[in-house]
Amino acid sequence: MTREISLRLNGREEKFTIDDADTLLEVLRDRFKLWSVREGCGVGACGTCTVLLDGKPVSSCFLLAARAADHEIVTLEGLGDGGTLHYIQEAFVSQRALQCAYCTPGFVLSVKAMLDEIANPSDDDVREYLSGNLCRCAGYADILRAVRVAQDKKKSLSPSP
Amino acid sequence: MANFAVVGQSVFRKDASQKVTGQVLHVGNIEMPGMLHVAVLRSPYAHARITRIDKTKAEAVKGVAVVLTGADIAKMPGVDPHFGPAFRDQPILAVEKVCYIGDPVVAVAAQDRRRAEDALELVEVEYEPLSPVLDVLEAIKPGSTLVHEQHRPAKAFADLAHVKSGQQSNICYHFKLRTGDVDKAFAEADRVFEDTFSSPPAQHMPMEPHVTLVYLDEGQRINIWTASQTPSYVRTEIANTFGVPMNRIRVRIPYLGGGYGAKLYAKLEPLVTALALVTKKPVRYALTREEEFLTITKHKVITKIKSAIKNGVITARKCEVFWDTGAYAEIGPRVVHKSGYTSAGPYRIPNVWIDSYCVYTNHVPAGAFRGFGVPQVIWAYDSQTDTIARAIGADPVEFRLKHALNEGETFATGTPVKSFGIKQAVREAADAIEWSKPRQKHSGTKLRGKGIAAGVKAVLTPSISGAIVIMNADGTVNVLSSTVEMGQGSETMMGQIVAEELGVSFDQVHVVQPDTDITPYDTITAGSRSTYHMGNAVRMAAGKVKAELFQVVSKKLEVNPDDLAAAGGRIFVRGTEERGMTISEAFLAKFGSLGTTLTGEAICQPEAIPMDPETGQSEKCTEYWFPSATSAEVEVDTETGRVKILQFFSVGDTGTAINPKHCEQQLLGSAITHLGLTLFEEMIFDEGQLVNGSLLDYQIASFKDLPESFQPIIVEVPHETGPFGAKGVGETGTLTVSSAVANAIEDAAGVRIRDLPITPEKVLRALSQRQANRG
Repeated sequence: MTREISLRLNGREEKFTIDDADTLLEVLRDRFKLWSVREGCGVGACGTCTVLLDGKPVSSCFLLAARAADHEIVTLEGLGDGGTLHYIQEAFVSQRALQCAYCTPGFVLSVKAMLDEIANPSDDDVREYLSGNLCRCAGYADILRAVRVAQDKKKSLSPSP
Repeated sequence: MANFAVVGQSVFRKDASQKVTGQVLHVGNIEMPGMLHVAVLRSPYAHARITRIDKTKAEAVKGVAVVLTGADIAKMPGVDPHFGPAFRDQPILAVEKVCYIGDPVVAVAAQDRRRAEDALELVEVEYEPLSPVLDVLEAIKPGSTLVHEQHRPAKAFADLAHVKSGQQSNICYHFKLRTGDVDKAFAEADRVFEDTFSSPPAQHMPMEPHVTLVYLDEGQRINIWTASQTPSYVRTEIANTFGVPMNRIRVRIPYLGGGYGAKLYAKLEPLVTALALVTKKPVRYALTREEEFLTITKHKVITKIKSAIKNGVITARKCEVFWDTGAYAEIGPRVVHKSGYTSAGPYRIPNVWIDSYCVYTNHVPAGAFRGFGVPQVIWAYDSQTDTIARAIGADPVEFRLKHALNEGETFATGTPVKSFGIKQAVREAADAIEWSKPRQKHSGTKLRGKGIAAGVKAVLTPSISGAIVIMNADGTVNVLSSTVEMGQGSETMMGQIVAEELGVSFDQVHVVQPDTDITPYDTITAGSRSTYHMGNAVRMAAGKVKAELFQVVSKKLEVNPDDLAAAGGRIFVRGTEERGMTISEAFLAKFGSLGTTLTGEAICQPEAIPMDPETGQSEKCTEYWFPSATSAEVEVDTETGRVKILQFFSVGDTGTAINPKHCEQQLLGSAITHLGLTLFEEMIFDEGQLVNGSLLDYQIASFKDLPESFQPIIVEVPHETGPFGAKGVGETGTLTVSSAVANAIEDAAGVRIRDLPITPEKVLRALSQRQANRG
């Protein structure tokens, strides 16, 4: 069965036909060629395919595209202004928080969601929040530093209360 | 140390911006018009004869281009239906029989994956089950069912030239080392220690599963885009398997989403090539994670180790190591050999006896896994070394230092060791964790303890790395190398070495990704060998370009080329920097035209002296060693059995660190990965059936497993023939993690765990056993 859905994807309204069995991951890759979204496990356990759904991190491999209808989806391609790196990305670069980097898009988006949700995450908060994103190069120490740098940058950008 | 401009600097990797935006090229992003997708039907039996395959219904499914069987491949003219790096024992698709649960039997290529999967359901296969071989110790007994009736050596690599056509046995390779008189030493010993240690099969788990795309170009050449650590080998394997000349095959490798040994040798390439040849269409096969579990594993190993102690020193060690290599040998024989000969440790032990067996079973094939078998042998020998020290009342650190080989002393193989910073590594690890400081051990039900472990790996020798360096007239450089960038930073390493050699900035060097049409042969991107081998190759190739430029400048300035130096993009007379010219001026002086190039080529090919087949002795068994030490402080919860890592130090002798930050990342990252392998990772099989083959059921180290406090520590003992003194670092951090943790647990709680992973259940059981023994 097919159906037509609408959603907001990286800031643009999109309307298209899907198969009921399509996962959000399949739609984002096959139709929209958003290569930052990658399948790692197919069961929502590794975080490699993370996208933001209304600002919250979800595993797009484990979410039917139909469930994303009428929601806002952001992939890594939609982060920042498209020209320069987002400050979270900059932090990942400056802290060398990537090696093979297959997990990086998912991590960057999870960090974005975490910092939007928790202004001052403790080390335990970070470990808990990011434990759904797996890195087999195990660069967790570098990613932790990147989180701290991004967090400081975010604070310096937001107007003081 | 000499003063370098680029080497020794922690320059930033150039691939970071494309990686952090997710726009980096992976094989999975490449699409071609009319591309077909693949699904594979796999064996439900561990060992069975195929009696019938009916694919007619599947062939009738709309959108299906081909339904292929092993019999179909065997009928293709000139095609060898079997492949493999040590033995040609692995069928592209099962021929006549299946050898493990998950063995590929039928492949469908269709216009999309879902259709291919639908078609698979219509394939009918009938099997006649055979008795499976599921236990490595049973498999070696005479009269055991044979996994393979004959062994056919592949002859692909010089270091495997000694692999023989075996007799009727599941042992496909047996490594022997004999030195001194072990029996005499045991007879004269004050004490003898005898233990059995085991490590389970485990998954590499690169976040990017295997993926391969094959198409025939306009000239009908076979073009392969594949996530592989071995471009040169893949080309050779496809040439041999399909009877095609080497220059009719082009293998290209973009950035890998991790490898860790999983992506070595041929994996999907033979099957996808067969499908592309049959359909004449581009074909891409991307493994699911579940298929990844059924493709390659880390060897399960059982080690029986026996040591003799006389007057407080180890006088003899006997090791019997049994490697479950699964249904196909894969690179098992090399793992069994290279790791086998280090099974007694980096210690001065005059009498050593080693038997290391590579054994076929009906399990998923096992191959190389970051550390190449050495983590498994260190788990045994260094755990036992620790128990001996504690049992005889010696300090575990001092006991290791007392036995550790000094520079120039001979390893158990008879090879004198060079650039062997084992003692420095142990001292660094001990100092970092404040070993000698008195410790607070008890806090209610939580017991604290410290552990240290030491070990060494030797680089695969002989092996070959070729490189071409092209300097452009504007002073920029292109480096052609078949080393695969899989996250480890090899591009950065090569860029730094070439920049240093040519006196240009790191930014001016571009490293071309592996493409067998243009990048020369390289044995393998693995085994901590690229910095040394490819590093030397690119340095020598750059040196040839530099020599040509020096000729030009020396003529122009009428000076001796030996008096010239290159730095800052200029070539000048050493001591009088103003006498010289820019690289662009030198090019113009030589060619008189714009846009010209100068090319240098070099090959690094260290040799080994083949080991005596009966004694394992060789004056030179390896080109270099990389010693490792780990120290850990743990807290054992006596109520739950949970082990928490409080402090963790990963120490490695890297030789000169070309990029210190990247070396630290390798040391720490590989160590944290191995914390997962130490504490919980295990592929569990029931009668040959994998029961936890998905990431829902199989855990790897996550953010939660990052220790509370951690530090990588580099020890630099330069190697005289390494590029600028460098060795390797990719595996060092993996080597000594497991025994350091187990040793710390014994220090904390007085129990010894001998079977990995160290789960809370095992710790609790050991604690209650200890309680019971105390009565």
